Amino acid sequence: MASQPEKTGFSHRTLERNITLLGLCSLVAVAIGGIVEIAPLFWVDSTIEKVEGVRPYTPLELAGRNIYMREGCYVCHSQMVRPFKDEVERYGHYSLAAESMYDHPFQWGSKRTGPDLARVGGRYSDEWHVGHLKNPREAVPESIMPPYAFLAEKPLNAGDMAAHLKALRAVGVPYTDKDIEQANADLVAQATPDADIADLQARYPKSQGRDYDGNPAVVTEMDALVAYLQMLGTLVDFKAGEAQEQPK
Amino acid sequence: MPATLAKSGGLFLAMIIALFGMAQAQDTAFAVHMGIMALAALIAALAVMKGADVAGQMGHDESVYDDAPVRWGVIATTFWGVVGLAAGLFIALQLAYPVLNLGLEYTSFGRLRPLHTSAVIFAFGGNALLCTSFFVVQRTCRARLAFPGMARFVFWGYQLFIVLAATGYLLGVTEAKEYAEPEWYVDLWLTVVWVAYLIVFGGTIIKRREPHIYVANWFYLAFIITVAMLHIVNNLSLPVSLAGSKSYSAFAGVQDALTQWWYGHNAVGFFLTAGFLAMMYYFVPKQAERPVYSYRLSIIHFWSLIFLYIWAGPHHLHYTSLPDWAQSLGMVFSVMLWMPSWGGMINGLMTLNGAWEKIRTDPIIRMMVLALAFYGMSTFEGPMMSIKSVNSLSHYTDWTIGHVHSGALGWNGMITFACMYYLAPRLWNRQRLYSLRLINAHFWLATAGIVFYTASMWVAGLTQGLMWREYGADGYLVNSFAETVAAIRPMFLLRAFGGGLYLAGALVFAWNIAMTIAGRIRAEKPMTETPYNPAADRPLPAGNLQPAE
Repeated sequence: MASQPEKTGFSHRTLERNITLLGLCSLVAVAIGGIVEIAPLFWVDSTIEKVEGVRPYTPLELAGRNIYMREGCYVCHSQMVRPFKDEVERYGHYSLAAESMYDHPFQWGSKRTGPDLARVGGRYSDEWHVGHLKNPREAVPESIMPPYAFLAEKPLNAGDMAAHLKALRAVGVPYTDKDIEQANADLVAQATPDADIADLQARYPKSQGRDYDGNPAVVTEMDALVAYLQMLGTLVDFKAGEAQEQPK
Repeated sequence: MPATLAKSGGLFLAMIIALFGMAQAQDTAFAVHMGIMALAALIAALAVMKGADVAGQMGHDESVYDDAPVRWGVIATTFWGVVGLAAGLFIALQLAYPVLNLGLEYTSFGRLRPLHTSAVIFAFGGNALLCTSFFVVQRTCRARLAFPGMARFVFWGYQLFIVLAATGYLLGVTEAKEYAEPEWYVDLWLTVVWVAYLIVFGGTIIKRREPHIYVANWFYLAFIITVAMLHIVNNLSLPVSLAGSKSYSAFAGVQDALTQWWYGHNAVGFFLTAGFLAMMYYFVPKQAERPVYSYRLSIIHFWSLIFLYIWAGPHHLHYTSLPDWAQSLGMVFSVMLWMPSWGGMINGLMTLNGAWEKIRTDPIIRMMVLALAFYGMSTFEGPMMSIKSVNSLSHYTDWTIGHVHSGALGWNGMITFACMYYLAPRLWNRQRLYSLRLINAHFWLATAGIVFYTASMWVAGLTQGLMWREYGADGYLVNSFAETVAAIRPMFLLRAFGGGLYLAGALVFAWNIAMTIAGRIRAEKPMTETPYNPAADRPLPAGNLQPAE
């Protein structure tokens, strides 16, 4: 390195001779971008515009979502429809920020080896989902998805759902005391045919209760995953929005 | 000795705590992980009792460098490199032949893909960064490693992190945030290891015998500090139970997404760029035996690179629910980032000024030049893909996968291999590498592999992107999603072929390093011949007048 003439004022040599200063300046340099970009998202109101219908997950849906994460579904499936004509026609209304406001963590994904799932709920029957998950190529010959037949064999062992809901409440999801109290009972009730779920549906509007995997005797991991898939994108009523946008 | 007793006693205590955690575990995966931790503590305790040099004090001599952790690092880098690339080839084949998912939960693509990415980034890349930083900081500071015991802890603690992360993926333990998948307790463990790393690295710089901190160390320092910041913030989460593996991210939705990609993009920016530029700034000038091209350029490009990189995260979230202002900011900074990136490439390539003939004669230099060329290419492609209109086509497709691999295989892989080739004969005090010709074979296998890989992924990505948005004359979408999957299958096969070539090159590399460590030297034709023509090297007899050439 060529020696530089001694200058008055700041010289980079000061930093090169002092690791504390060099480290601190580096930290300041790398901290600014994150502070400017991320911090405002927490207090600028327009970041998440309020939308009617979005609610926390039921315990069964949450257990299904945890299986979705465990199996790494996010590696190949996005849950984020972009506002392009082709995507909206293929997958449905583009995704709104509010729709993932209770998602800890978010599952927007970054790759579509398989199709987007943000609005897959209600598109296919439970039987289709179960058959497709067990043997994807039977339902879609071109599919390259791994088979998940083992989900139907494994009884759902989600742990204490009350503890899960409590943890989520601590990070900002508005579960009520009753939700937490009822969590384990709700989990079973939602996957049991003919169970009384009026109270569950009052607390979690639009939640659906039934046996999902065709095996009413046991609540399996398949039940939970299909329950999650069947509710994806169903909470917000976009039809209601359309009517206002285009008055007859 | 009381010190030995205290240390092994502490380790036994750690083992008992881990066994207690295992007994209390809420889920199988947590029990397995506590078992692994207990086993690690037991092995460490037995090593201490058998008198292993855990503190690095044996034969302590301030007049020689402490290279034991560097030697282990070279071996670990080689081992994890082969493992990570093999995992990559396997999952590439799974995409072409789904039957390879084997129907087992442990071997499905969704669980193996994080295993591949973490193995190559954190195990292969991370070990390369650890061992080269320990080597470089000692040489450029002219000082023996500070806190040798802690340096050993950093190495072994990092290997434990890798084992916990990898087994966790197979067992389905994941935070489901890309490149940050390990769960809360593994994150805490890595934080402890990382702080120790900062102390060893910073401590060595503090005890330096040179007035200036060399430029490579700026990059290593920025890499260590920034990765600590990113790791801690992005992994903030609340465990459901202190005896269970599951936790929930502190952030949700939009905020979680941007925090994740602020982390994710700068795992690229600092782990795979700043850290590897540090390697470049030491090993390229050493191998070329030339000083760094421009000191001034290194200052400008260092500060602008670390300042700008952090802003680029939102380009992973174009056209999502992230507010537009954040997307635009991310795009603008990503495009600006092109300049400091090329500053680094220029500084590296121009270091060869006056020594360009070494590309022909020195296969290690050739590898370094290729690495810098790929660095330049992928840091041009990246800003281009961050432009929103380009991204609307490329996002969600295999183009991104191709882009990542041109950087990872071309830049990170090749510069790492070159550095390991530089280190091995010096660390084991060998006359030279086992074989220079095998480096050449490795070079061409790897280069051909990258070409197949990136070219097939470009085609696959463009095919997907264009087919998804294709409309027919009737005004309807032409292709179902399944048709776009079928259309790119040939490209998946070509990609696996390219990956296979690259893995073959890495096996040649591993063989070469292993034989060098074993002290073998391959009998082979040298890379260069002494130019000599005996027929021309004689006097011209009188009377035989021929015009001079």
